[in-house]
Amino acid sequence: MDNSTEITMNKFLAELETLKSRTGRLEDSRKDQLSIAIVSGDMDKILAAMIISLAAAAMDSHVKLFFSFWALSALRDPKKKAKGKDIVSKMFGMMLPKGRNKLKLSQMNMCGIGPKMIKILMKKQNVMSLDVMFQEAAALGVEITVCEMSMNLMGFKKEEMIDYPDLRYAGATTFVADAGESSMQWFI
Amino acid sequence: MLLPEIKQGGTNITNNTNNTTMTTDELRTLTVAKSVDARGTACPGPLLEAKKAIGTISSGDVMEILSADEGTKSDIPKWCNKQGHEYLGCVEENGYFKVYMRKK
Repeated sequence: MDNSTEITMNKFLAELETLKSRTGRLEDSRKDQLSIAIVSGDMDKILAAMIISLAAAAMDSHVKLFFSFWALSALRDPKKKAKGKDIVSKMFGMMLPKGRNKLKLSQMNMCGIGPKMIKILMKKQNVMSLDVMFQEAAALGVEITVCEMSMNLMGFKKEEMIDYPDLRYAGATTFVADAGESSMQWFI
Repeated sequence: MLLPEIKQGGTNITNNTNNTTMTTDELRTLTVAKSVDARGTACPGPLLEAKKAIGTISSGDVMEILSADEGTKSDIPKWCNKQGHEYLGCVEENGYFKVYMRKK
């Protein structure tokens, strides 16, 4: 092999190495992970988020749910009470659904008749209840992050949130960071 | 050639769903190591039941999943495809069906 061919070959190999490291980075940057920002507190949307999360977790994808704004109602424990709230927080607390079983439907709510009908139908069709879905999610290691800012905004306190093994409190940056490394990023 | 093999995030590109190799008769004669009755639960219940049960059988064993949920017919092959299990086929019964798969 003469000198010039050797130089071209070395150049080629060096470029190949750069490409290899680039594709490696691309592969690593997207984990088999589902990140959902759940903002809606409607029963149907929480149901959809939980069903998809369970399916993803069953497929061995890592699932990270970021609960924010109206969705926080779904994480309230109706049996728990928080003290030391101001008037506005108390009002919010009274007006918003107390827990996942008190959520409204986004359509056909009909003053609470809609959700009752849906629950009857779900039972009849053997669809898991939200209670069971949260249990399954916990068993499958689905992570729930509560948006601390919107929790304070709505006047909720940590003491009134549900008992859940993988419950953490964080800000929007955490969601952005998690979503950035996920292969699926959604907003509900 | 020098081209490196490109991995597709661990998933197999060939789709097992469309080339079911076993006939109904062959499926019925399989020795089943584990039978999961998920007829009492709708989507995504059968998949969750299957996931729980797969840990209890050994590699190469056949598992059948009984489901009344139509979605399971396409969900289980997708799951097998991703996890590397072998999807064997589906048998229609009266009001439900049996999905067969072999653990990798």
